[in-house]
Amino acid sequence: MTDRPHLAVIGAGPAGLAATVAAAAHGVRVTLLDSAAAAGGQFYRQPAAELRARRPQALHHDWGTWERLRGGLDTHVKAGSVRHLTDHHVWFVERRADRFTVHALLGPEQEDPVAVHADAVLLATGGYEKVLPFPGWTLPGVLTAGGAQAMLKGALAVSGRTAVVAGTGPLLLPVATGLAAAGVEIAALVESADPKAFVRRSRALAAQPGKLAEGAGYAAQLLRRRVRTFTRHTVVEAHGTERLEAVTVAALDGAGRVRPGTGRRIPCDTLAVGHGMLPHTDLAETLGCRLDGMNVQVDGEQRTDVPGVWAAGETTGIGGSALALAEGHIAGRSAAARLAGHAPDPREWAAAAKSRNRLREFAAALDSVYAPPAHWTEQITDDTVVCRCEEVTGSAIREAVTELGAGDVRTVKLLTRAGMGWCQGRMCAPAVAGLAGCRLAPSRRPFARPVPLGVLAHEHTHPTERGSS
Amino acid sequence: MTGAACALYASRAGLDVIVVDRGPVAGGTTGAGEGNLLVSDKEPGPELDLALLSNRLWGELAQEFGEAIEYEAKGGVVVATSPGSLTALEHFADGQRAAGVVAETVAGDALYALEPHLAPGLPGAVHYPQDSQVMPALAAAHLVRTSGARLLTGRAVTEVLRTTDGTVRGVRTHSGDIHTPAVVNAAGTWGGELATLAGTSLPVLPRRGFVLVTETLPRMVHHKVYAADYVADVASDSAALQTSPVVEGTAAGPILIGASRERVGFDRSVPLPALRALAAGATRLFPFLSDVRAIRSYAGFRPYMPDHLPAIGPDPRVPGLFHACGHEGAGIGLATGTGHLIAQVLTAKTPGLDLAPFRPDRFPEETP
Repeated sequence: MTDRPHLAVIGAGPAGLAATVAAAAHGVRVTLLDSAAAAGGQFYRQPAAELRARRPQALHHDWGTWERLRGGLDTHVKAGSVRHLTDHHVWFVERRADRFTVHALLGPEQEDPVAVHADAVLLATGGYEKVLPFPGWTLPGVLTAGGAQAMLKGALAVSGRTAVVAGTGPLLLPVATGLAAAGVEIAALVESADPKAFVRRSRALAAQPGKLAEGAGYAAQLLRRRVRTFTRHTVVEAHGTERLEAVTVAALDGAGRVRPGTGRRIPCDTLAVGHGMLPHTDLAETLGCRLDGMNVQVDGEQRTDVPGVWAAGETTGIGGSALALAEGHIAGRSAAARLAGHAPDPREWAAAAKSRNRLREFAAALDSVYAPPAHWTEQITDDTVVCRCEEVTGSAIREAVTELGAGDVRTVKLLTRAGMGWCQGRMCAPAVAGLAGCRLAPSRRPFARPVPLGVLAHEHTHPTERGSS
Repeated sequence: MTGAACALYASRAGLDVIVVDRGPVAGGTTGAGEGNLLVSDKEPGPELDLALLSNRLWGELAQEFGEAIEYEAKGGVVVATSPGSLTALEHFADGQRAAGVVAETVAGDALYALEPHLAPGLPGAVHYPQDSQVMPALAAAHLVRTSGARLLTGRAVTEVLRTTDGTVRGVRTHSGDIHTPAVVNAAGTWGGELATLAGTSLPVLPRRGFVLVTETLPRMVHHKVYAADYVADVASDSAALQTSPVVEGTAAGPILIGASRERVGFDRSVPLPALRALAAGATRLFPFLSDVRAIRSYAGFRPYMPDHLPAIGPDPRVPGLFHACGHEGAGIGLATGTGHLIAQVLTAKTPGLDLAPFRPDRFPEETP
């Protein structure tokens, strides 16, 4: 068994699962590492077992795909060809002469180190949510849209009674319907995109009947529940003293500016807000993988430009779970062939490649339609906290830009500490880029998560290895 | 940082100054520096003289800029890890005292009164109250702004313009020429490239260093604390990795652990062994750090010269060209003295220090 080539897959969401199953089915020994207690990632997040959910599929679409993936994973784990390491928080992937070492911390305390050696690495690290600041966004009761959905899927409940769902992106509809199904009253769905833009991109969007049907399904559910939907609107402020009490929503003009006098106050105790997703690329960057904009660059086989490193799913560009499944499958097949010492035959994954092409076009069309208002930074007041970790305000960032000559995210960080804190700018970098008037660029984060110095100080050579791999 | 200091002192000497940088303010090694203003790590000689001058000037700027540049006269504590190294350290300090450095030997309870969380059982240390700290990016930005110099960022110098007799008459950038009778090369690690553009040579080499940054903590480390072998590293010519941790708390909360040294060219990949060595050194000095998390690290490229001294002053080979670069890991600390001396030679005054040891043409011509 141990003489078979060994692939480490990082991330057990749709891409990582599809890759694991595909590679294991083609003769590769796989170690699947993930920070969660169960497989599924953010998309197929599972309710905690002790909740004994009767119908967890009610919160998920495409449940059949998930069951097939989970079944495949279980089969390979039982057969010994896949080892699934849950609660493993990967902080670094080290490239050595002819192999890789994946360094992880065991959760939930993330104190004890584990090292996994592998012949190749497949990065399926997913994405994280982008949230742009506005006055009041730090009040208790304001959640990210994805955070609200994660609570629904994982805990089967949210605390609020009346919610506003706002921002932009395809996530808002399922979040709103999910909250409504959980018994939360949806006071408003606020989307900054212009419906006319959908019409303009209708060809690319119509090429995906399944996806459109999915969207239409959510829209029909909202209609049935008589949810007020505002398009070309944005949340300009969240109100409250101890916690959220209401939001002010206003209309946008054609240039993406708030139209004066259109503000309306909507009482609510929950605001789920999101402005799209960004890829997790920390591990790829420390490995030296080339990025294309914010995304890990891959070839037709999902290989990065670093030999022995594949990438699939949101880390190579935000595109949703169906695209992640296709990319994961291709990556797993390619890795299996390459590790066995031969070039793969792309015809073997022709169906996945075809759907990958279509879904990438669809994602590009969606990306051009869903966009935050062009002048969203005008809503950041001088005392709006932009970097929550270091408590850096809008005025401090504006001063660095106008008075001290900072024109990029790194210089703003050096001059204001915005992005230097615990989250390392994952949260505030898009906002800082907006205020500095520059494009958002990847920022190097050598550690994918904080690591105790005592762990860093010692080379650990007692991993959870079986055999002498 | 050096360019910013040159701009400040030159403009205060009455000159009209333009600062040109291909990147943003503090975009090079300054932005990756810890902001060490050290006298403790320098042996008696021209560099220590420059450090003492610079230290005094930083103290003056601190009066002027206040907290904006996060100046802190926190002092340094150089720890001996063995009785033998304490003897060597005391001998080293004797020489420094003769040159004007304040250095106090501390041992036993006195040492642990200075730094209560140091590992137990250390034989002793030397306390250097003059060692200080600034936040380098803030210092550079505020010095440039206060200088009143025109700041042209994002403008790369592509050529040094010269008259037919070889005298400097300005620089060419990708967006236009700038005509000046004097050009100061404060390009740091890239100072050799600028010298080449001016038709001469300066052997500035990159020496990579990493700094580890921890999560925010209450103040647990009060000085700049490092082990005595640091002094040997600075004067070393070895290209092998030598790590000796400088551990310090910051006003903002995180602890900085710094000073790995490698000559590996401009390689920005992250080598785990160098970071492990930093962490190991720091946790040996301060055992409590084992449970503290590193949240990031950053790399910088020190401008390294073969004899470890910067190039400061006019270049006799190219009239009108002045150099202010090659300060290795001490550029923030030595910036004020360098800027002050450059302003003096630009205005034809006698410099406050003998510039002979810093002559830019002291190296044999490179034979390509």
